[in-house]
Amino acid sequence: MTPGLPDAEGTLAALAERMRGGVAPDAAFVGIYSGGAWVADRLATMLGAGHRVGYLDVSFYRDDYERAGLKPNARRSALDFDVAGATIVLVDDVLYTGRSVRAAINELFDYGRPAAIELAVLIDRGGRELPVEATYVGARLSVARDLDIVLSRAADGTLALAAEPRVAR
Amino acid sequence: MTGLARNPQLDANGGLRHLLTLEGLPAAVITRILDTAVPFAAIGEREVKKVPLLRGKAVFNLFFENSTRTRTTFEIAAKRLSADVINLNIGASSTSKGETVLDTIDNLTAMDADIFVVRHSESGAPHLIAAHLNATGRSHVHVVNAGDGRHQHPTQGLLDLFTIRHYKKDFRDLSVAIVGDVLHSRVARSLVSGLATLGTPDIRVVAPRTLVPTRVEATGVRVFNEMHKGVAGCDVVVMLRLQNERMKGALLPSTGEYFKEYGLTPEKLALAKPDAIVMHPGPMNRGVEIDSAVADGERSVILPQVTFGIAVRMAVMSIIAGNPGPRE
Repeated sequence: MTPGLPDAEGTLAALAERMRGGVAPDAAFVGIYSGGAWVADRLATMLGAGHRVGYLDVSFYRDDYERAGLKPNARRSALDFDVAGATIVLVDDVLYTGRSVRAAINELFDYGRPAAIELAVLIDRGGRELPVEATYVGARLSVARDLDIVLSRAADGTLALAAEPRVAR
Repeated sequence: MTGLARNPQLDANGGLRHLLTLEGLPAAVITRILDTAVPFAAIGEREVKKVPLLRGKAVFNLFFENSTRTRTTFEIAAKRLSADVINLNIGASSTSKGETVLDTIDNLTAMDADIFVVRHSESGAPHLIAAHLNATGRSHVHVVNAGDGRHQHPTQGLLDLFTIRHYKKDFRDLSVAIVGDVLHSRVARSLVSGLATLGTPDIRVVAPRTLVPTRVEATGVRVFNEMHKGVAGCDVVVMLRLQNERMKGALLPSTGEYFKEYGLTPEKLALAKPDAIVMHPGPMNRGVEIDSAVADGERSVILPQVTFGIAVRMAVMSIIAGNPGPRE
């Protein structure tokens, strides 16, 4: 754990508490690979209300393809339920510029027209470049622009946060 | 930096700029294409089978030689990437009026082409076009070889590799038998290159002596002239089409005789492993190189090959178009 960063597990518990009672009982959780997928899995377990879980890889919808090319290690998006008419809670680890969320919303609509989309994030670090806001936030942080907040998952499923120098793409 | 001195497929960072041949293409590049094709295959199962990666890009299908399956799957792949696709049947247009290939390319580049998909009966034509683009400061325009003469058919080789990996997971313990007209087959050349690069320990070529290229053993394959020995115990049987249109002179007694010796029947397939898969690049000559009972049988993955071909071509085009290179 990097000094100054909140504990990931404690933040996750706070996020789950804020979602309890707020999230529609039939909502599906959709995690954005890779950190968002881990958070979505954990939230579904912690809320224990039988929420369906799906995963999105937004590589094919990113807006930096033109200058950065296709990201390696693109994964298969997996939404094993009907998106049309569904209430969806998009889940990501860190909300920053809002560009990943924009890409994820665009991708979701290629599966069908959802009834509603909400957004749950473990960390909101500010710095938005698009008009995107989270419905549920674990913790709000102020972080220097040259740092990335990176979520990692241990073998036993425990989540941890670290700050790393930003890698130019 | 004319591009002829080094591998013109790769940019200075080792990224894929053009796809011309699988020969000499690093394992990491091949694996990246196969890995990228996995999520693209999933897009074919969606309601909207399109992603916006190549929006605003123009893909020119330049087919100097006929093809239906390859041209169609490239067209579908480009459209699923949201590119604009222009199909040119060159045989019927400019070249018949005397224009050179490179003049055709210069004219189409002036129409803002981003990717050329090139099929040509002459080995090396896509390489010539790519070297020309690199040498004239237009390395942001990409070339994909869709089959050149007897040389290479790299996207077919990649989709064959993708299919084998899909069903067999790991190349490092496989026996793969490539059966038939290897002499005329660019499909076989690409597949042998790719299989060898990915560490396949046992690559076999099974064909009559007249259809085996000379010194093919130098590429690391084992040659069998008898079908029952060649397919014995193998995991994958790749049947090749008998390319009558490329044959000059008498290489075979008759197609009936060929089917008797080298046609894949249920009896011959029984010599392979019980879970062996059967592949064919198409178009098939039923009753010449393959029996209908095998082509339509449960071990046949010939139609999945076609479907996977779309995903593999999406992966190739999205990777090369994402490596724009310096605009000189």
